[in-house]
Amino acid sequence: MESIKDKVAIVGMGCTRFGERWDMGVEDLLVEAAYEAFQDAGIEPKDVQAAWLGTVFSGMSALTLAPLGLQYIPVTRVENMCATGSEALRAASYAVAAGVCDIALAIGVEKLKDSGQTGVKGPSIIGDNTDGSSAIGSGYSAPASFAYLGTRYFHHYGLNPDEGKRLLAEIAVKNHYNGSLNPKAHFHNILTVEQVVKAPIVAWPLGLFDCCGVSDGAAAAIVTRADMAKNFRSDPVYVKGLAISVGARQGSMRQDYDYVHIDENVLAAKKVYAEAGIKDPRKEISMAEVHDCFTCHELIVYEDLGFSPRGRARDDIDAGTFTLKGELPVNTDGGLKCFGHPLGASGLRMMYEVYKQLQGKAGPRQVKNPRLGMTHNLGGNAGNGVGCCVVVGNEKG
Amino acid sequence: MVGITSVSAYIPMYRLNREEIEKMWKAGAAAGEKAVAGYDEDTVTMAVAAAIDCLKPGNEDVNGLYAATTTAPYKEKQSAAIIASALDLDKRCYTADFSNSLRAGTIALKAAIDAVVSGSAGRILVTASDCRIGAPGGRLEQNLGDGACALMIGSSDLLATIEDNYSIFSDFTDLWRTEDDMFVQSGEGRFIDEAGYMPIMQEAVSELMKKHSLVPGDFSKIVYYASDNKQHAALAKRLGFDRSQVQDPLFEQIGNTGVAASFIMLAAVLEEAKPGDRILFANYGDGVDTFIFCVTENIGRIHNKSMVKKRLAAKKSIDYGTYLNWRDLIPFEASSLPDRAEPSLAPRWRERKTVTALYGFKCRKCGIPQIHPIGQTARICVVCQSKDDFEAYKFSDKTGKLFTYAVDILQPTKNPPGLNGVIDFDGGGRLICELTDYNLDKVAIGMPVEMVFRKLFQGKGILNYFWKAKPI
Repeated sequence: MESIKDKVAIVGMGCTRFGERWDMGVEDLLVEAAYEAFQDAGIEPKDVQAAWLGTVFSGMSALTLAPLGLQYIPVTRVENMCATGSEALRAASYAVAAGVCDIALAIGVEKLKDSGQTGVKGPSIIGDNTDGSSAIGSGYSAPASFAYLGTRYFHHYGLNPDEGKRLLAEIAVKNHYNGSLNPKAHFHNILTVEQVVKAPIVAWPLGLFDCCGVSDGAAAAIVTRADMAKNFRSDPVYVKGLAISVGARQGSMRQDYDYVHIDENVLAAKKVYAEAGIKDPRKEISMAEVHDCFTCHELIVYEDLGFSPRGRARDDIDAGTFTLKGELPVNTDGGLKCFGHPLGASGLRMMYEVYKQLQGKAGPRQVKNPRLGMTHNLGGNAGNGVGCCVVVGNEKG
Repeated sequence: MVGITSVSAYIPMYRLNREEIEKMWKAGAAAGEKAVAGYDEDTVTMAVAAAIDCLKPGNEDVNGLYAATTTAPYKEKQSAAIIASALDLDKRCYTADFSNSLRAGTIALKAAIDAVVSGSAGRILVTASDCRIGAPGGRLEQNLGDGACALMIGSSDLLATIEDNYSIFSDFTDLWRTEDDMFVQSGEGRFIDEAGYMPIMQEAVSELMKKHSLVPGDFSKIVYYASDNKQHAALAKRLGFDRSQVQDPLFEQIGNTGVAASFIMLAAVLEEAKPGDRILFANYGDGVDTFIFCVTENIGRIHNKSMVKKRLAAKKSIDYGTYLNWRDLIPFEASSLPDRAEPSLAPRWRERKTVTALYGFKCRKCGIPQIHPIGQTARICVVCQSKDDFEAYKFSDKTGKLFTYAVDILQPTKNPPGLNGVIDFDGGGRLICELTDYNLDKVAIGMPVEMVFRKLFQGKGILNYFWKAKPI
């Protein structure tokens, strides 16, 4: 099996401001993200030879991309829950690597705020539910399905509720600080640990500030062949690995699943590191954008991706390892927590930040001399998920 | 010989103190409290709860299920069939609903006795349950409570024999609901007592005693329906029974539980009964049904079962606002949270074994039991991946432990916050499901739970019954 490493490169990216975009429809968001990416790559819309559109709720089929006005090229809608944006990038990258097109667009969009509802539909979407219906329906919220991890993590590692809540709060505080430096982020407020700990509970142990923003937004990438990349720009970003691992509902049906790790995360990371030739992710990854839909998930992801030893993420949080100035900055743009989480756009939004960081264009959030960056998503939830990891670098080899 | 082979009662854990009602309406209240079905309970789920206890042990084979209630969740669709499928009874079990009268339970009992006497059935399970609502501010609101009872009627291993029965009917309008009524309506109290209840109850009881040449002193207990304490006490006096012979109608503890009322009283009597006790049992509603029971040597078998005493002790108070909300008596602001996914008829039918009796699968190869949280089928083993090599495995009768949980503020529920958890069953298998009847302060990892049949919510016009975990 061949590796994707250094076969394709990202030469342009765009990302809208995330947030409550009452001012923009799906079509506006798509146009705004795509045209920033076209301009960034120095191409015209007519140069795009194929496109992959990722969205979960905001439109069926390739026709959702029609407002962009691309003329009769192949377009495919992809969906993989919260990994949808990364899935679009994956599809575009493989097509370019296969040689069936040279310039491809990967674009993700989500319009969550037009529903008139607070929050997004829960995990009932998983499984046999034609038209949103199932044998029994289901009622628990997305925060609840992740709160299982927090409750169990506290129990497993002997953290009392206060210690546990504070640990999670540190993650929210870090991500909000980073997001405050980012004009495109949904939120710009700096939080204190006290504020996070005392916020109203949403699903114990998760409070309001342990949950990510429900946002509108879009992000896009222009993918081309690695050997052509320098024709577009001097600082392309090369794809080193693309990995996805899909659960078969093991965790939700098997007693040997422990709810303090997620196999889909672990296996996607293992695969992506093998493909990218990474032996020690903690040392080799310069910065990462991970799926902090809820703080307790970012906590577990540190361990699942091999950034912290199992059960020791707490020590690294205390040491500031994942802050902007730390050893391995995580969610430098604010993450889902503060930048916001329009489901279909999130994977590409993460890549937008990694791309800018690797080009040294992240402004006040810039990390020092990055070489390899990583994005990570989890679609679904603990026990039944889609783990997805992408590694990119600013040099070949 | 025909009689009762098993009995059990179910009283929901929630109580509304009548002082709460008094406070609300600034009206005089009767003493005590009433039992209130939980937000996820109804007459069907209560009947299932009572019946589950009645079926075990050794009473699993049933030829008929007669479900009696005046508060069936559907006007058109049989309650007995829902109850029987939740109980996982054989499909040849003959199901029938008895309704429209407070005497529905004893009418079902008589039908069950006749079926067993005639030999057309070996054993018939009778459930009596009710969940009637009195209009806010009225006497019936204070009076009516919720509960259920199940009796197994058979011809061997009897706890009590049924010696005889005597019935009369009467087209007397004292309590009624028309097709459109949500609340029970009532005639004037003195009229009901003097023209209706008292004379007909006296007549039926006297006729039955006369037929067997018995006098009040020949009975160790008399159990009979009355609508409230006053009526109950007045009848005892007129019948000439000593107060010590008369079973407490439990109005102060649970209220008048309608079709279930006299049955729950009977269960309370049997719980304390000794071999040789003779019991007079009379039920009222559009006439009177009377029976004579004689307690046998087998009665000791039921003394440790979860019966009336235990159910009365396990209780939790709710306030009046909660009661109004649970019974849908006031409109609520629509939630801005996403709705629950709706149930759909086709998958409910396709996965009926899981939905109604909580069946999962046990892999023949690796031996691991498994069940999917939204009732999806399993074709491939989640452990060893072997295909279509399962045997059916029932989870509804298994206990388990809470592995992890989430207190869910966002969950649309009439009893917020929602509590969801990951249940690891003793003997294997894991299910993510809702919990119910818990004390939030006591919820902890490792907590033992059992499965109970409840209403998840009403969607697309149908009642979406499923199973929830309940702390033991």
